[in-house]
Order: sequence, then C-alpha cells, then structure tokens
Amino acid sequence: MDLSETPGQQAFRLEARDWLEANKPPLPMPPGDTADGFPVHRDWERRLFEGGWAVVSWPREFGGRDASLWEWLIFEEEYYRAGLPQRVAQNGIFLLAPTLFEFGTEDQRSRILRRMAAVEDLWCQGWSEPDAGSDLAGIKSRATRDEEAGGWRLSGQKTWTTRGAFCSHLFGLFRTDPEAERHHGMTYFLVDLASAGVTVRPVDKLDGDAGFAEVFFDDVFVGDDDVLGGVNEGWNVAMATTGSERGLTLRSPGRFGAVVDRLVDLYRRKDALGLIDDPALRAEVAGCWMEAEAYRLATAMTVTRLSAGHRMGPESSLNKVWWSEMDIHLHETALRLLGDDADLEGPWLKGFQFALSGPIYAGTNEIQRNVIAERVLGLPRR
Amino acid sequence: MDFGFTEDQLAFRDAVRDLLRDRCPPAAVRAAWSGGTGIDADLWHALGAMGILGMLGPPDLGGLGLNEVDLVLILEETGRAAMPGPVVEHTAVGVPALTGTGHDDVVARAVAGQSVITCAPSADRVGWALAADHLIVGDGDRLRLLAPADITASHALETVDRSRRDMAIGWSGGELLDRADVGLARDRAALGTAAQLCGLATHLIEVTVDYAKARRQFGVAIGTYQALKHHLANATLLLEHARPAVYRAAWTVATGGSERERDVSMAKAMAGDAAARAARVALQCHGAIGYTWEHDLHLWMKRVWTLERAWGGTAYHRARVADAVLGGPAARA
Repeated sequence: MDLSETPGQQAFRLEARDWLEANKPPLPMPPGDTADGFPVHRDWERRLFEGGWAVVSWPREFGGRDASLWEWLIFEEEYYRAGLPQRVAQNGIFLLAPTLFEFGTEDQRSRILRRMAAVEDLWCQGWSEPDAGSDLAGIKSRATRDEEAGGWRLSGQKTWTTRGAFCSHLFGLFRTDPEAERHHGMTYFLVDLASAGVTVRPVDKLDGDAGFAEVFFDDVFVGDDDVLGGVNEGWNVAMATTGSERGLTLRSPGRFGAVVDRLVDLYRRKDALGLIDDPALRAEVAGCWMEAEAYRLATAMTVTRLSAGHRMGPESSLNKVWWSEMDIHLHETALRLLGDDADLEGPWLKGFQFALSGPIYAGTNEIQRNVIAERVLGLPRR
Repeated sequence: MDFGFTEDQLAFRDAVRDLLRDRCPPAAVRAAWSGGTGIDADLWHALGAMGILGMLGPPDLGGLGLNEVDLVLILEETGRAAMPGPVVEHTAVGVPALTGTGHDDVVARAVAGQSVITCAPSADRVGWALAADHLIVGDGDRLRLLAPADITASHALETVDRSRRDMAIGWSGGELLDRADVGLARDRAALGTAAQLCGLATHLIEVTVDYAKARRQFGVAIGTYQALKHHLANATLLLEHARPAVYRAAWTVATGGSERERDVSMAKAMAGDAAARAARVALQCHGAIGYTWEHDLHLWMKRVWTLERAWGGTAYHRARVADAVLGGPAARA
C-alpha cells in the first residue's frame, strides 16, 4: 500500500492543471442541454480534443495519451477542480467507447472512436423505451433482416434519450429474433440519426432544458458493419460494460470532490458572517466531505484491483448507489446553507435538480440494491 | 498509488481467520460473558505464539516490527470473530506506547503473549482492569503506567457487552510515561477499534444473509423479499465505504502522515455508523429469534454498541473531521 502519488503522476497532474488553466473557456458556461448552450460546450470539448485531453486513457491512435487509470482519475480531479462542466460527449466516450474497445471490429473502432473523441459525432444511448425502463429486457423495438441490402431495418421507439436532440448518432438495443424471449434475441446497433426514417422529438427535463428526446424509427436501414458484437448477442454486449455506467468511468470522484470543495467554501463564507443558525449543519457538511472522500478511496481500491487485472463486477452497483445518493446529499446540504432563498434559481438549485436524476438513470437505485443483494451478497432472486 | 495489500499481508490475515474460526467460536465469545476474566488465556497464548500480539513490537524484543497497515487486517478479523479481550489496547496501543520507555522486559513479555496490557482514556472506565498485568490510562494530557498493585479501589461497571469487565479504578503511584505521545496512542486505539467494527459488521451481514436464505415464510426464503434485500444492501453500502477509510487511516498512521487525526476520525465515525447499521439490520432481518438471549446475534450486536462509543464516539470523531476540514473553533473566533 502506498497512497502517495509517484513523481510521474504529480507531473501529469501539473501538466493537466496548467493546460486547463491556460485553455479553459469563460465560466460558468450556459447549460449544455439548450440550443444556445450546446454549441459552447461542443466547441470547448473540441478544444479539449485538440489539446490531447479529451480521452486521456485511450490509445494515441484514437486521440488519447495512453494514460493509466490513475492518471485518468487525476485528470478528472483537475478538470472539475477547474470549475469545468460535465461533458456533452460523455455517453459516447464513457459508455459506448468501452464497449467498442471490447467488442468492436477494427473497422468500427477506426471509423467511430476518433470522431467521437473530437466531438465530430455525438452519441446518445438508446436503451429505454416507453414500456422498458428498469426492465430493460422488455424492449420491443425490432430489427428485421434485409438480406438484399446487407443489413437490418429498425422500427420502434426509444425514450428518455439523454441529449438526443443534439446528438448525431445513437447506440441501442433492438430485437432481432422475434421468437426469443427477454434477454435473448437482441442486437446492439450503431445508428446514424440522419438516416431516413429517424424522427427525434426533444423532451424537456425537470429543470426545463431540452435534455431528453424521444427517438422514433420507421424502417431505418443499418448495415451489417454497424452491428456491435454478434447478432442476438446484444444483451451480453450491453451488460459487459454497464459497470462503466454505474461505477467508475461515468462519475469520477473528482466530480464530487469539486462539489464538496464548493460546499466547504459556502459553509465557511456563511460561518464567517455568523449566518449558520443550525449547529447541526457543521456535522452535516463534515458528513458530506466524508462521503465524497470515501468514494474517492473506494474508487482507488477498485483501480488498484483493475490495475492488477481484475474485472469490474457487480460491486459497481455499490458505487452507483453511493455517488448518486451522495450527490443529492451534497446539494441538499448546500440548499440548507442557503436558507430561505434557496429556491431562487442558481447553480446549487440547478445542480440539485440534476442530482435528483442520479438514483433514476443508469438503473434505478432500487434495481441496484437488488443487484447488490443478489450478486454481491448472494441472496436468492426468487 | 497502490491501495491494496500484499500477498503476505493477505496470507497472514487468512491464517488468523482460520485460527479464530477454530479457537474463538461463538461459544468462546459467550463464555467470556459468564465467568473468568473476560480473556481466553489459551487463545491469548496462541495469538502470542503466532506473533499477532507483537506485530508492532521491535524485533529485538521478539516483535515482528510491522506497522498499522499490516495490523489493520488482523484486527478486523478479531472483530469478525468478536474475540474477547483487549487485543486492540494491548497490540495497537500498549506495545508501541511502551517501546523505548525503558520497559523492555514488559514489552518482551507482552509481545510473547505472556502478559496482558489494557489501556483506557481515563481511570474512570478501564476494560479488563483486574485481569491485566499492566494498565495504561490517560492522566490529563499524559499516559500513566499502572501495575495491579497500584490499584487502590475498583468499582465494577456493567457494560452492555459483558465480556469487558470494565471498572472505575482508584490508583496510587505508577509511572507517568513522559515520552509517550497521548494523541498517537488514542488514535491508534480508535483506528484499531474501527477495524474491529468493520469485522463485526462483516460478520453480522454474513450471518444475516445465511439466515435470510434458510428461513422460509409464505413458502419462500425471506431473502427473496426486496425489503430484506434493501436492508442488507444498505448495510453493505456503509460497510464497503467505511472499510477503505479504515485502511487509509492505517496507512496515514503507519507513515506518520500529517492528517492523522482527520483520517483516523473519519475511519472511526464511518466504521461506527456502518457497524451500528449492520447490527440494526441484522436484528430486524432475524426477527424474534434474534431477540433472544440464547441466539448469538446479540453478542456481536452489543460489542458494536460498546465499540461504537469506545475511544471517542461517532459524534466526537465527526466533530474532529469538521474541525480539520472546516477549520476549528479557534479559526472561527
């Protein structure tokens, strides 16, 4: 055990910090899920790619810098510490990319990854449907074989598609074997949303931004080279990398560390002015700090295991429940510090509303607790 | 960065787990409640022979010369087995506190398991006070070493965990340990106790999972019900985030890190919360059978209740974290 950073890691941290400080855009940026704000975020993330910082842990040929997982954690700390926002490219680079690295063909990787990192293409996730939320295996959208054209024809509807209104591409699950039940007979497709037959309808989120979309498929053609993994293997392909959505890569500890730093600042400012009327808030803020620190430490243990060649298992559900409920706790505590004016629009209120989605997306926390009980603790399913 | 244990550290942990499974079954825990000194002499000697009691002791006195990172996994096992006796006080606090104080003979015997050292924050409440060969008690901002002959009066305190034999003692004489670092001694005790709390929580969750698989109601194992699953998942969440905090605190203490107080207090507060939740969930999931004196569950649960408060309770340690992170009362004045 050695919890200190190596000289190389320290140098990496300073290099990232210097670059971000020199290149970051004016802050705060407008919300990324609005027509005005989206291009600002896209342009910033293109700048990040040009500087070589968009996807640090990827191989150089796709725009990365072959950084270790430790260095990726360090980059994330520096990124959020600089006050920068979550990435509009996140669902591509953090969710689809790990699946491409594991299951993609060489052709798919070379066609997709670099453009994704450069934010030339922007990917959204097409999993949920009106009748398939937590019960993802209940999807009905289907793909039928078009042998003559060498591909598949998609029809059906996806919903709650995050950033769907702004994305150019979608990765999603469709039924390819109508006879198969539940988890079988699905295939993972990569779809260009500019294809004929695709209709995207924006849906406003709780906070009023157009962060969701419904995506309709009416006989949309997708070639065989846009099947990711095997035909009818979609469930296994999708599940192999859900660990990244629930745990490590989507929500790095650095993101919450930056929120806690802001919370501590807020407490100190209020405290210095004698505005903390509830002494319990002090313990509450300390509790928030401990939760974020514990998440950082638990992640460091996970990275140590992954670096030794282990795979992410069902324990990613522990991460997901922890960070999503912690995120709400951090924002609720900030709102308590703000007092009776906390309902005025501002960054904490905005962040609070976003945090409320955490226990719902990426598999509800009720489902995650079932996974913990069944697959970590070994309790019977039925 | 490397946040893992070595093969040797894990193998040592496994060996201790095996020993305790053999020599410290629930019947031995129960026996410590009902008679004798609260210390299983045979088990104590076995731990001494294995080197456990001298893990932090200097090699020239028979110790293993290891550090808190090596020790933390072992103390976690003693918690998991609810091992009776002052193993934290003796091993993590007493031996290092006495090392280099001119008491080489005491250290050598303690390391070998031929004696028992107990420690306490003050003479008002000392566990195993009449069983120990040496007592180290807080005396103002210093530590005092007492021998059994220095005890002038004792008054038994009935703790909910009846294995402890706590006493309020009066004393005369003894020796002030001028060179001992009181803060370090207390932090070592809190760290060791936090490790035991993690072990206790681990056991409580394990036995409850086993029970939930076996117990059937409405024709199915009760562990199939989502309500029970979520209770156990919640306890697991707290435990699996307390454990890294405890391991990190061990590293901070072992390396003389500047954030020792903050890190130890975070570990103790989180381990206390996790173990308290595990105990509560364990009882609820067991139902009435767990609410009996005869069932072993309460031996573990009551150990949690006591250790959660030992060497500073959760509120005290949370406040120390707050002082470190938010600035102390002095900084606010």
